[in-house]
Amino acid sequence: MPKVKINGQEVEVEAGLTVLQACEQIGVEIPRFCYHERLSIAGNCRMCLVEVKPGPPKPAASCALPVGEGMEIFTDTPMVKRARNGVMEFLLINHPLDCPICDQGGECDLQDQAMAYGYDGSRYAENKRAVKEKYMGPLVKTIMTRCIHCTRCIRFASEVAGVDAIGMLNRGEHAEITSLEQAIQSELSGNVIDLCPVGALTSKPYAFAARSWELSKTESIDVMDAVGCNIRVDARGNEVMRVLPRLNEDVNEEWISDKSRFACDGLLRQRLDRPYVRNAQGKLEEASWGDALRAVAAKITAAGPAKVAALAGDLCDVESMYALRGLMAAIGSPHLDCRQDGAALDPSVRASYLFNTTIAGIEAADACLLIGTNPRWEAPLVNARLRKRWLRGGFPVGVVGPRHDLTYDCDYLGAGPETLEQLSTGRHAFVETLKKAEKPMLILGMGALARRDGAAVLSAAREIAAQAGMVDSGNGDGWNGFNVLHTAAARVGGLDIGFVPGKGGKGTAEILEGAEKGEIAVVYLLGADEIDAARLKKAFVVYQGHHGDAGAHAADVILPGAAYTEKSGLYVNTEGRVQLGARAVFPPGDAREDWAILRALSGELGKPLPYDTQDALRDKLRRELPGFLAIDTVEPSPSGASWGAFGKAGPLGGEAFRSPIANFYMTDPISRSSVTMAKCADELANSGKATGTDG
Amino acid sequence: MSESFKFNDENLATAKQIIARYPQGRQHSAVLPLLDLAQRQNDGHASDAVVDAIAAMIDMPRIRVMEVATFYTMFHRKPVGKFHLQCCTTTPCWLRGSSEVVDAIRKHTGIDFGETTKDGMFSMIEVECLGGCVNAPIVQINDDFYEDLDAASMVKILKALQAGETPEPGPQIDRQTSAPAGGATTLKNIALAKG
Repeated sequence: MPKVKINGQEVEVEAGLTVLQACEQIGVEIPRFCYHERLSIAGNCRMCLVEVKPGPPKPAASCALPVGEGMEIFTDTPMVKRARNGVMEFLLINHPLDCPICDQGGECDLQDQAMAYGYDGSRYAENKRAVKEKYMGPLVKTIMTRCIHCTRCIRFASEVAGVDAIGMLNRGEHAEITSLEQAIQSELSGNVIDLCPVGALTSKPYAFAARSWELSKTESIDVMDAVGCNIRVDARGNEVMRVLPRLNEDVNEEWISDKSRFACDGLLRQRLDRPYVRNAQGKLEEASWGDALRAVAAKITAAGPAKVAALAGDLCDVESMYALRGLMAAIGSPHLDCRQDGAALDPSVRASYLFNTTIAGIEAADACLLIGTNPRWEAPLVNARLRKRWLRGGFPVGVVGPRHDLTYDCDYLGAGPETLEQLSTGRHAFVETLKKAEKPMLILGMGALARRDGAAVLSAAREIAAQAGMVDSGNGDGWNGFNVLHTAAARVGGLDIGFVPGKGGKGTAEILEGAEKGEIAVVYLLGADEIDAARLKKAFVVYQGHHGDAGAHAADVILPGAAYTEKSGLYVNTEGRVQLGARAVFPPGDAREDWAILRALSGELGKPLPYDTQDALRDKLRRELPGFLAIDTVEPSPSGASWGAFGKAGPLGGEAFRSPIANFYMTDPISRSSVTMAKCADELANSGKATGTDG
Repeated sequence: MSESFKFNDENLATAKQIIARYPQGRQHSAVLPLLDLAQRQNDGHASDAVVDAIAAMIDMPRIRVMEVATFYTMFHRKPVGKFHLQCCTTTPCWLRGSSEVVDAIRKHTGIDFGETTKDGMFSMIEVECLGGCVNAPIVQINDDFYEDLDAASMVKILKALQAGETPEPGPQIDRQTSAPAGGATTLKNIALAKG
């Protein structure tokens, strides 16, 4: 541990740190543009110059200089001040001073640092250079004249996103950043907008839409996939203008996927903003809340408990599912399910449906088996974590299922169940790789579970985990390498609160079948759009949700609910992490928060739920399930023998595993309504498809 | 992109040899010699097709090859003439009459810096110091330095090139490499030198 002196203050810092990091640790700020803690060091912007002794009598770039024993570092001497002034003046030689019309204005590193470390003027009267704009796809807008060539975007694309898409052509005065006029083929491309320290790369959909200081900023949770990325929702008035990532080292670090970031324009389109009831002519007609609720209550009462069923969708908050579960219990119906895709998840053993390793835990693993999943599309941030681990080396990845370019090397083992069987019976060579590993893990996707032989697949996966010693390898480290990767933000929450068939109750498949046969007379869809709604024709369908999507088209009564940005709600991510989302804007028109709609309906039915506020609801929920008290923590998964038996051994089907996501950019009612996502789907839906070079 | 590029058999063999020089997994290191080889085959033009062919050959992302090809000025991203004239106009050459040499080229070929003759025979660019100041002024034609030029000798060279001849590179005056013009001025007496 070298001892160094920073501005006269003696500190001991970890060996291997750079001078910049050492300064940061004791709170000495060093300006920088190219340096970013999650990217490799480039050392080309020269903004981080400091004075170091011993050494040559000139400023040194602190981001690329490792600390040494006895080093004296100065960040406040005249030499440093002059150096920073000079670098800033150089950076501004060719930078247009168009801050008033620049979208980065107000949140621009260059602007801020020019204020703090620059001169008040420039000595360069020459014309500034102009650079042609580049095309980088439907998401990233470029104004390349503003570029200061920090190369953060290049490094992000090739290191984090894993696509060599952006580069710097020419050199010196003529250097230009480009993606060769092609859209960036990555699900994480939007992050280059945040990384860009100037206004060269900005958000195309958000271009000229708002200024950063007029937005109200709400910290919330993303629902576009089951990762539960931490986001900040920026709204102006009652309109969500943009979504940005928020730092959470355990979940999304500081990235979010393009869908999380750019699908927010879908919140303004296809919205259900008032109740509708199907009239005698078979047309949906606007109705008052009272009429709509009375119509639903009448139908439910008439049908009787055995003929009422409820399905919860993929974007639901825990509270609304809890309220609907309570309502179904009050009615006396056991027919409810939160597994729209019919995934054979076992709600009785929590470890059987969680990502037990945790996302951050991936970094400790040393071998991985992917079964029936394409994490690049199902959970881009999990994929980014896998890639991060893979980059460190010594991380063999085997794939059973669809073949995709995952941005890291994989052994393609096979397409479907036969390979899985070979693995579970120890007849496959990859089993040895897993056994040799100290902390092996497997990731089981919905593509392997949402099928007829799902329970058998689950059982086979458990067998593989047991055989390869994935669960507590006997050394008591509590390692659990068995992981289920969900695609729906609501799924784990739904399973946690038991939004599954009760005794003698029907699951999703039986409910749909029952509706066709007339055994189910009323189906309550809580934001459930991913089902074959045509099969519900015979039943009376109530759709509670926020978008006029598949569910609403089939509905006889529409109850307008709130989207994720319009309500405070609990979400449980694929790891089992409970997170609290916040309301950024109000639901449009007459739409209401979902739990409140269900509470009102319960009153109409004469079976009022025992809470009148969301706090009271949460209170009750937490008394029943104390796990919901702990926000943003993951309970350690049980390991060793105690983690339970689940799945049902049985014959496996012959069909190959398929990823449940056919188009990354359109997976839910919000993204399907988004114009931006539609553009992406047109242009980029081929990214991540099988390339044949990754086998 | 309509145009395509493929190594001819001889160059393909050379290319394989070049790639084999580097350890397994480090094939990207071959990008510079391969680009050079391909540019030579492609009439001195490292076109998009050339870049794509090299990228495919060593399995390197297209943008990375493009970065290399645009970084080095010796790769020509625009077509050049059969004889690419690189005229040094930096101070020593200029003092020794590079302006007259350039004017002679202009007059003889009708092209200026950055241009190519209609018949594709010559192209000319202005370059910074070529590092042969002792023999100034200098013009580099393809791989060869033509030194100690003046307007007359320059035109003579151009004419020879047009006639399909290969004029002798190096000093165009009575001088051995960069030894004194007109012959040695010192160490004439070998015996004396031997002591």
